Amino acid sequence: MNTETSKTLEKYAQEKYKYGFVTDIDSDRPQKGLNEDTIKFISKKKNEPEWMLSWRLNCYKKWLKMPNPNWANLNFPEIDYQDIYYYSAPKGFEKKPKDLSEVDPKLIETYNKLGIPLEEQKVLAGVAVDAVFDSVSVATTYKEELEKLGIVFCSISEAVQIHPELVKKYLGSVIPPGDHSFSALNSAVFTDGSFVYIPENVKCPIELSTYFRINAEETGQFERTLIIADKGSYVSYLEGCTAPQRDTNQLHAANVELIALEDAEIKYATIQNWYPGDENGKGGIYNFVTKRGLCNGKNSKISWTQVETGSAITWKYPSCILKGDNSIGEFYSVAITNNFQQADTGTKMTHIGKKTRSKIISKGISLGNSQNTYRGKVSILRKANKARNYTQCDSLLVGNKCGAHTIPYIDSKNNSAVVEHEASTSKINEEQLYYCRQRGLSHEEAVSLIVNGFCKQVLQELPMEFAVEAQKLVSISLEGSVG
Amino acid sequence: MIFLNINNLSVSIEGKKILNDFNLTINQGEIHAIMGPNGSGKSTLANVLAGNEDYEVDSGKIMYKDKDLLDLNIEERAQRGIFIAFQYPVEIPGVKITPFLQASINSKLKNENKPELDRLSFAKLLRKKAEDLGINSEMLKRSINTGFSGGEKKKYEILQMSVLNPEFTIFDETDSGLDVDALRIVTEGINNFKNNNNSFLIITHYQKLLNYINPDHVHIMRNGKIVKSGDISLAGEIEESGYQNF
Ligand SMILES: Nc1ncnc2c1ncn2[C@@H]1O[C@H](COP(=O)(O)OP(=O)(O)OP(=O)(O)O)[C@@H](O)[C@H]1O
Ligand SMILES: [Mg+2]
Repeated sequence: MNTETSKTLEKYAQEKYKYGFVTDIDSDRPQKGLNEDTIKFISKKKNEPEWMLSWRLNCYKKWLKMPNPNWANLNFPEIDYQDIYYYSAPKGFEKKPKDLSEVDPKLIETYNKLGIPLEEQKVLAGVAVDAVFDSVSVATTYKEELEKLGIVFCSISEAVQIHPELVKKYLGSVIPPGDHSFSALNSAVFTDGSFVYIPENVKCPIELSTYFRINAEETGQFERTLIIADKGSYVSYLEGCTAPQRDTNQLHAANVELIALEDAEIKYATIQNWYPGDENGKGGIYNFVTKRGLCNGKNSKISWTQVETGSAITWKYPSCILKGDNSIGEFYSVAITNNFQQADTGTKMTHIGKKTRSKIISKGISLGNSQNTYRGKVSILRKANKARNYTQCDSLLVGNKCGAHTIPYIDSKNNSAVVEHEASTSKINEEQLYYCRQRGLSHEEAVSLIVNGFCKQVLQELPMEFAVEAQKLVSISLEGSVG
Repeated sequence: MIFLNINNLSVSIEGKKILNDFNLTINQGEIHAIMGPNGSGKSTLANVLAGNEDYEVDSGKIMYKDKDLLDLNIEERAQRGIFIAFQYPVEIPGVKITPFLQASINSKLKNENKPELDRLSFAKLLRKKAEDLGINSEMLKRSINTGFSGGEKKKYEILQMSVLNPEFTIFDETDSGLDVDALRIVTEGINNFKNNNNSFLIITHYQKLLNYINPDHVHIMRNGKIVKSGDISLAGEIEESGYQNF
């Protein structure tokens, strides 16, 4: 590698995180640590009915007996579950504020700073936002407009109150609490997240989106999201996340469940930009996420798109269970790791129904001393006649101290199924950089252009409102200058 | 003003000497051609002029528009009007031609303290230039050189030249591998583009291109050096009896 390239890379490695500020606000927290009282505390704070509390306690009992999953290519000290706060809310949040006039201006300002205005005059056009701050939802925009169409978009805590029948029916139906320890943990202590219900044959006209912010120190965030698309409906949903810059690691263990009924389509996009730790690998979020979608009816479709640039550790495999005949699952992923970040991410496509199709496009970019692993599993079950999968995994290495790994498992029990896999690993190409620079672009611009080009197939899957944002984020995760 | 003066330039790569006390002067508005056997160092010369960092300049000097060219890096030279039409243009998947060239022209305008072009006015300019060259506008939607045929790549280099409007253009075997029509597009492109202000260095193996373009000087290069200079008749000699006499 020539000197100019190493100089630019060094600059990238020293890149600063732009969302690292802390909001100074008094918050309500239980005792540190996890036991039945912690769970009762959370449930009480949320004024939950008895069935919800007993569900949580049940999950907690399961969790106690489960070891952490250990299949991932990750290296981190054991998590001390007794040294974490499991709930944190700005004071006075027993009830969700009716409107913004009841919300502490500091919170509104926080979201303004993050580029997510909540005030009615300033809200993002065409995007409804649910803003989650630590363990509670602060505000949800466009709610009334959506209600007119019968669409429910609220926090999961509200849904437990208003739509208990839907929550009871679907919560834990795609990710059983006993699946693995992180799903059991989340089920026991989940705090907030979004709930979406799209009625039959309704196409949701705007993007729905949740913005997760971790603020309080030594606090875990246990997001829970549940999206149900009834027959013939459509919804596109996006989640974004950031956290302050701290020396200690913080835990984010989310569960997201999607259910698409006959002819319904759910598009779920994530732009994950949790604090990644500093250039020496100190601090950062441990991001253990379980995301799973169930294509329950025929011709249903679920697609996951993720742009993962943050977190010290990312452990995440958004998956699809393709149960309905002709159903479709898609996974588009860009994962960028820099400095000492570790990502072990991929997907699981389980083909159950006939003629089910899945497509996996994964782009991993490793810089600095980071490790970036794609781990995927495609299972074709016995009755999945003529199922098809196409998988493409491309890795781009920038520098020579980082690692890229591709681990695809295929398990086919049906001879009529077709499974295709393509993989490539490349280094950023000096010849391409030379070409761009010969046309007058700086070295940094050239790298950013080439990486964005490398990710294009995935970025173009994002809702238009966020595609530009994501492109910028990709550039920023590479660059020294912050946009 | 000295436009371009290369003085006793010696260049090596991985310890191997490739240019050897090379000398050449090009004035504003002149067209020079260099011919020479494979491996004589022609592309090396082009890359050194562009500032490619893989090559080691052991000694010598290059003055360009009264400045020491060796003080500038690749992009600074490009922003000051040096353009190479590459022998083997590289593919850049996913990077679309239009935004790429817009960034490119704006880097130059910025360097000249001129206002940058917005997306719309740039798209208009690009379309016009493509039309002039008979390049299908469908091509402008594609990724840089990706999946282009050899001839398309060369045409696309000419298009970039006409958009960026460089003062000094080096063609590295732009005529190789072109069919008759593409060759005509390329030569017309060059002929329409040349004027009293911009200068060219044309690296070629064939007399044909030179007949169309009519260079002011023709040089023969061997073993990293110019061994003979003359007019276009030199090209004819080579076409007839090769390099053995030089
Ligand atoms: N990157 C490199 N690494 C090693 N050797 C190189 C490199 N680039 C050029 N050379 C060598 O330098 C010499 C000159 O090469 P150059 O490409 O300049 O020749 P050329 O005159 O352009 O030839 P052609 O007519 O075939 O294009 C050759 O011997 C070539 O092998
Ligand atoms: Mg050559």
